[in-house]
Amino acid sequence: MLAFIIRRLLQSVLVMLTVALVAFGLFRYIGDPINNMVGQEATLVEREQLRAQLGLNDPVPVQFARFVANAAQGQFGMSYRMARPVADVIFERLPATLELALISGIGALVVGIALGVYTALRRDGWLSQIIMSLSLIGVSLPTFLIGILLIYVFAVQLQVLPAFGRGEVVRLGWWSTGLLTESGLKSLIMPAITLGLYQLTLIMRLVRAEMLEVLRTDYIKFARARGLSDRSVHFRHALKNTLLPVITITGLQIGSIIAFAIITETVFQWPGVGLLFITAVQFVDVPVMAAYLVLIALIFVVINLIVDLLYFAVDPRLRVKRSGRGS
Amino acid sequence: MNLTRMATLLAFSSTLALSASVSAETLRWSSAGDSLTLDPHSQNEGPTHAMSHQIYDSLVYRNQEMKLTPRLALEWKLTDDPTVWEFKLREGVKYHNGNPFTADDVVFSIMRAKHENADMKGLLTTVVEAIKVDDHTVRLRTDGPNPLLPNNLTDLFIMDKEWSEENKVAVPQNFKAGEETYAVRNANGTGPYRLISREADVKTELARNDDYWGKGQYPLEVSRIVYTPIKSSATRVAALLSGEIDFLLDPPVQDLDRLAAARGLAVRSGPENRTIFLGMQQAVPELRTSDVKGKNPFADKRVREALNIAINRDAIGKVVMRGQSVAAGMIAPPFVDGYSAELDRVPTVDVARAKALLAEAGYPNGFAVTLACPNDRYVNDEAICQAVTGMFGQIGVKARLDARSKSIHFAELPKGELDFYLLGWSVPTMDSHYVFHYLIETRSDKGGSWNSTGFSNAEIDGLIDAMTRETDPDRRAEMVAKVWNTVQSEVIYLPLHHQMLNWAMKSNIDFPVHSMNYPHFKWLKYTK
Repeated sequence: MLAFIIRRLLQSVLVMLTVALVAFGLFRYIGDPINNMVGQEATLVEREQLRAQLGLNDPVPVQFARFVANAAQGQFGMSYRMARPVADVIFERLPATLELALISGIGALVVGIALGVYTALRRDGWLSQIIMSLSLIGVSLPTFLIGILLIYVFAVQLQVLPAFGRGEVVRLGWWSTGLLTESGLKSLIMPAITLGLYQLTLIMRLVRAEMLEVLRTDYIKFARARGLSDRSVHFRHALKNTLLPVITITGLQIGSIIAFAIITETVFQWPGVGLLFITAVQFVDVPVMAAYLVLIALIFVVINLIVDLLYFAVDPRLRVKRSGRGS
Repeated sequence: MNLTRMATLLAFSSTLALSASVSAETLRWSSAGDSLTLDPHSQNEGPTHAMSHQIYDSLVYRNQEMKLTPRLALEWKLTDDPTVWEFKLREGVKYHNGNPFTADDVVFSIMRAKHENADMKGLLTTVVEAIKVDDHTVRLRTDGPNPLLPNNLTDLFIMDKEWSEENKVAVPQNFKAGEETYAVRNANGTGPYRLISREADVKTELARNDDYWGKGQYPLEVSRIVYTPIKSSATRVAALLSGEIDFLLDPPVQDLDRLAAARGLAVRSGPENRTIFLGMQQAVPELRTSDVKGKNPFADKRVREALNIAINRDAIGKVVMRGQSVAAGMIAPPFVDGYSAELDRVPTVDVARAKALLAEAGYPNGFAVTLACPNDRYVNDEAICQAVTGMFGQIGVKARLDARSKSIHFAELPKGELDFYLLGWSVPTMDSHYVFHYLIETRSDKGGSWNSTGFSNAEIDGLIDAMTRETDPDRRAEMVAKVWNTVQSEVIYLPLHHQMLNWAMKSNIDFPVHSMNYPHFKWLKYTK
């Protein structure tokens, strides 16, 4: 078990180095931060000086090596745009993104599984048909469109939910939370739906398909023959066995919820790391972009690790096989 | 008994409110990009200055009519020595922390803004030293006569020397230092509003400075300002429509009609200090992106003239800009010194003559060239370029459009590597010299940093340099006119239009547009 974790961690470092290298390769093509940093009055000489000062004239491998050396010590440098340490800026923004991702992830999981089970059990019910048709919208509509539609209906027309921002936040140490105030919770509703809708429909369709599969298997028939209650058959025996693929997908999707919160955060002006990244791209704020990409890679890697460990918990066969080989 | 007490209380409080006649209005406003830093000297950028103007005061500034107006300086004049300007300072002014404002602060701030880490140094290159004469008189000595020095001080904010030294921000922030300085997120000015809280990119709160020296002179009706930047323009508009914000600095052009028609909202418009134009590389022997080899078509004045009269500026104004622009013949808006309606006359469209000129120049079938264009900098920039490429097509010039992000466009442009490009220029000093120094002067270490046309004329350079020292207004105006005449007759640039500025707000707000795009909230009034 421990060896497995260590091996995975080493692989993770490699993944992150690769991400950083690819990112650095791309940074050359997004432009020059200097023009954004100095006024239009700056002379060519002044521009050149600043470029040299920031080390932008060095070859990419040198810049990359410097970045990795600093990052290894937890130093991500200064944001060109905000003139503040990158690590501070990211950690200030991280709670907003994590809260949004967590709420929309949990929402997608709970509602998705519930609807998936329901539509599997009542295959031909009219409500199931409606849910299945509506779920197509979630899969096919792009995120920003859902967000703008929600804003139009609930903020502009009905004026019941705020169109942007995070509302009032409460500070708990370094963590800032919007979950404890009314305006914070209200602000969370639309971004969470926008971000989670795709995942919700995905999980629902997955659970439904898996359930239908499992319900046809012999052991379910046998369980019914034994006279077990419907509830026991559906939830104790069937649902549990559909969860393995669901966990895999959910794990990967949580990573993408965090990473792709960029669009939702931009539409709702949600002050998280995704919005920070978009602003950084437009300004060519290389230190922020690099740190963000490495952070996202780290999140993906950690989540995958957790998913792998969850397999052990859910599927007893894995445990048996491992211990059998180990002894 | 209770009732009478309540009545007296009510009466008492209403008299109080009347006697103070101070309104308690919160203004919530938004725009796309936040101020980069609260340190007023480290960046020379519009949104940053817009925020600094609320918290800090400059010595002089531009009023709604773009005239130089006293602020912390009451009067200013050239002394008998033409290299020395004298400023009489306002007395009895206090900083937000209670410190008195004196000549020491002005001397300190000027020298701080001249520090190599400060972006504002570019506007103070001619200043050699700042001298305190007495507590409320300051002299600025320049390296030669500089008749226009006050024009350069409109965004130069005065900081408290004592506060700056206490908080170790006597020197502007250096990016390489690797550590944020106190002045980036804290401020102590003399301005109409003081800083309550600041979270960059999220929220900035200001409260009215009730000890402001301008109390009684300005409406100062807004008591609290909450600024929230909103990146997505659709969301920004939605926030205004839903009533979550009261004022929008940068409504998207395509939503103006809708906002103006919406109940309870109003759009106020005015000319912006920005002209959009095309530049052509005229000096290189062969263009990089053209099919013409061995020579440069732009080097021929007839070709430039042909392009100039092929552009239908009215069509661009109507179709692309939806009326939000004024067709231009020169690169300077009307409030700039040196502007004349004659120079700004829009060239008449004449496709037949344009074709004839091209044929005469040896390009009867036109030629191909790439037009580089930003797509996220000016209002409808990419659409403007699409429109002009169509118009050039009519005379046989096949312009290939290369639309790209501003961070790429403005990295390549000053290097002089673009054959044909779109650029916008604003004139913060309100003087033609600013246009000449950056766009017409020969590219060198000293000037011409945005002149990517390759245009270089020693006589013109001499005039541009001489006009900075000419103290006789008539002789100076003559020099300015002479340079403009060359710029126009040589068709160095193809001016397209002057941009219009639009602010959207609740209709009970009376707040005319400021052409520099600085919302001075102390001027904002509510209609009753």
